[in-house]
Amino acid sequence: MNLREEPLLFEISSPGRMCASLPDCDVPATPVPESLARSGLDLPELDELSLVRHFTRLSQKNFSIDTQFYPLGSCTMKYNPKVNDLAASLPGWRNIHPLAGEEFSQGALELIHSLQVWLCEIGGFAGGSLQPAAGAQGELAGVLIIRAYHASRADDRRRVILVPDSAHGTNPASCAMAGFAARTLPSDADGGVDMAALRAELGGAARDSIAGIMITNPNTLGLFDRNIEAIADAVHEAGGLVYGDGANMNALAGVLKPAEVGIDVMHYNLHKTFSTPHGGGGPGAGFVGVRPDLADFLPGPIAAKIGGSYSLAMPKRSIGRMKAFYGNFGILVRAYTYLRMLGAPGLRRVAETSVLNANYIKALVEGAYKIKYPRRCMHEFVAQGDLAEGVHTLDVAKRLIDYGFHPPTIYFPLIVPEALMIEPTETEAKETLDEFAAVLLKIAEEAREEPSLLLSAPTTTPVGRLDEVSAARNPTLCYRA
Amino acid sequence: MNSPYIAATDADRAAMLERIGVGSVEELFSDIPASARFPVLDLPAPLSEMEAMRELEALAAKNLKASSSAWFLGAGAYYHFIPAVVPSLASRGEFLSAYTPYQPEVSQGTLQAIFEYQSMAASLLGMDVVNASHYDGATALAEAVLMAYNAAGGAAASATNVANAGSKARDRAILCADIHPEYKDVIRSYLSAYPVRLEETELPPEKAAALSDASTFCVIAGYPGFTGAIGDIGAAAGAAHAAGALLVVHADPIMCGLLKSPGELGADIVAAEGQSLGNPMSFGGPFLGMMGAKAGLVRRMPGRLVGQAKDAAGRRGFVLTLTAREQHIRREKAVSNICSNQGLAMLQTCIYLAAMGRSGLRAVAELCWNKAHYAASLVAAVPGFGVESGVFFEEFLVRTPIPAEELAERLSRRGVVPGLPLSRYFPERRHELLVCVTEMCTKDQIELLAKSLGEVSA
Repeated sequence: MNLREEPLLFEISSPGRMCASLPDCDVPATPVPESLARSGLDLPELDELSLVRHFTRLSQKNFSIDTQFYPLGSCTMKYNPKVNDLAASLPGWRNIHPLAGEEFSQGALELIHSLQVWLCEIGGFAGGSLQPAAGAQGELAGVLIIRAYHASRADDRRRVILVPDSAHGTNPASCAMAGFAARTLPSDADGGVDMAALRAELGGAARDSIAGIMITNPNTLGLFDRNIEAIADAVHEAGGLVYGDGANMNALAGVLKPAEVGIDVMHYNLHKTFSTPHGGGGPGAGFVGVRPDLADFLPGPIAAKIGGSYSLAMPKRSIGRMKAFYGNFGILVRAYTYLRMLGAPGLRRVAETSVLNANYIKALVEGAYKIKYPRRCMHEFVAQGDLAEGVHTLDVAKRLIDYGFHPPTIYFPLIVPEALMIEPTETEAKETLDEFAAVLLKIAEEAREEPSLLLSAPTTTPVGRLDEVSAARNPTLCYRA
Repeated sequence: MNSPYIAATDADRAAMLERIGVGSVEELFSDIPASARFPVLDLPAPLSEMEAMRELEALAAKNLKASSSAWFLGAGAYYHFIPAVVPSLASRGEFLSAYTPYQPEVSQGTLQAIFEYQSMAASLLGMDVVNASHYDGATALAEAVLMAYNAAGGAAASATNVANAGSKARDRAILCADIHPEYKDVIRSYLSAYPVRLEETELPPEKAAALSDASTFCVIAGYPGFTGAIGDIGAAAGAAHAAGALLVVHADPIMCGLLKSPGELGADIVAAEGQSLGNPMSFGGPFLGMMGAKAGLVRRMPGRLVGQAKDAAGRRGFVLTLTAREQHIRREKAVSNICSNQGLAMLQTCIYLAAMGRSGLRAVAELCWNKAHYAASLVAAVPGFGVESGVFFEEFLVRTPIPAEELAERLSRRGVVPGLPLSRYFPERRHELLVCVTEMCTKDQIELLAKSLGEVSA
């Protein structure tokens, strides 16, 4: 890791330097009216080598999957195959325009169509759209579909969506944007949806106000809710729909088709299960799949195959467009490549190994770390980091950094105090898992014997713990000379 | 099946199963309903890397590439020059395969790059603050409208059936019709659950803004509009502000290298499609939704923001900040459900802006301006054709003597893609073609366009 402070671009700028190599203007010039012309533009001025060193050095201040184990729960930080990037960089994908016309875009439309078909098959869905640009947008599309479904039945009483207390924050936030009130459902002692609470919601006077439920399964505890069919039946019987949050699809692809256990609408994150790079925050891609009678509501356009040629079509009663054009296409090319190389046997092997790896780490650290819901996990599990008096999960996370591991997801899900959510994914070797578990055990020992090592961590990084409170109180969001 | 992406050998699996205390991997899935467990998936048989690449190359070859044509099609996706340093640096694994920088000590590279992007983009757009990005220009614009609504005290979407919710809040938005039709669709999708009156008008921005009243929370204008026309944004800002409404502008960021920034003209919130700043067209995505705002609105802003901070030793670092706006903290009370940003596309734009720099971005914008105006003068001289746009930057509307769709089809087959037939979006507007000329078009190609238009319509 590069520990030296890297100046900001503006601080290494020097008037007169340039990196842009542009042709002379080969046409007669047209003057810009003075009333429109801009007077100054405050951008840095750098030569090419200075620019290359700047960004290379910045990159060396990151942990990444290519350099470190990254067991970040619920984020599925699996290896991103290089061939996927090579495929997406072909000029026949990079340099094509979304409005060139169907006749001139047959390859792109065929790729979208194939991916739609495969992703539907994996989840057991009748129809699907690749328009959503991210998981959260897939969720928003999904709850808008639920809204459109009830509206199509002239049922305008349903304003509430049930959301388990273990859910990602995007679930209630998506409900709010789609005009629903999100009502929290408690979890039971087993980590699943509390069936009594669910039945109370669905059986009471407010039964007709329930539009549906958003459920993540495996949930954010890494546990598969064994009552899934009963939950779906109960919601359906009350007239609601079941939304599946596919953030944890990595444990299920090839193992279970969610539609077969009653999921009506679902999104998957292609940047999780289908190995497209996280890119320091995005871009993602969020396929949304539905049961047959909801296909007309899908966001569009979606790709269709008619005879031997491909076209774009807007579903009949579509909730509309979620973004311009057809989704994050370059990401779709990567997911296509991944699926094309894995096929069905590869996908199942992925799910199996992701679950095997998570249970293996859990077996190695159980005892040294409390596990609130200790039953067999799927692709991730949630431990607790309050190892000793005055030592918290944050300290464990920061100490892991000193040992060269990216911390797990911390303080989530909210229902586990001091949560440490560990998802190894299938792509890590046993040696890495062994080493990581050994370090976790070592840290547990340090917490008891020399807690200052945890409290002062990390010490091996370009900066130590940053004062986030002051940063938010008087925010500096731009460089000021 | 063995895979290059799975390290576990049969021996590893056996050892791990033993440690876990189960007899088989299948046993780990006993919570899954048995009747549905391990379904048969109807997917094509797996391919090796070389076979997969062969298939992808064959598919890609079926598309018409801008790089092998004379390219005059824009309309929301633009063919601009991308210096080699941009993809070369952005594709480094340390950037590509990193997660959202929630752990700042091991994410200073990503965080500093976002801070630098925010700084350069704010300067370009004339805003006090720019966030770490949205999915694309369309969603940035839709979220900008929601932000304006919330800033005016608008009722939550989920409160629409509460009797007195939002009774005094401003609920009217004035939308200039000359905005990309797909962007307008996205705005409608995003607003569909909110008690907002979205009023579309054919008037230019300055006249549209004059319709603002005490119930109006914002006016939405393009700079330029979809058809290339540059309206009087300064006058629009004055009119909107006089009624207490905000001006939300969707801007062309390359144009901002040459013409006044929307912020300088008085816009309160700016959305922009940043694809043209260093990102390939890639059939419409991933693109870059840029969003900037005046300082007073920052706590209403959706999306990630990076701020400067210090550690205990006084060293400068960067962190995600003002997170109390976001869904992972506020859940249903968050300002938006957005979680991810377009990290990689933003990084490409960050590198692009640094590479182009003060003089380079202006030079690109000047090339676009000059070439587009030269092209417009040649096209206007072709018998039967006329240029309809008044003041424009790189895109202008052409009246065609034969249906524009016919022109586009015939010319595209000859390797000249002349622009967007407006009939694609507006079936009745058959004789209008939206032509875009960037720095990538040579003088010869521009002259070929004019000549070809004449030939196929003669």
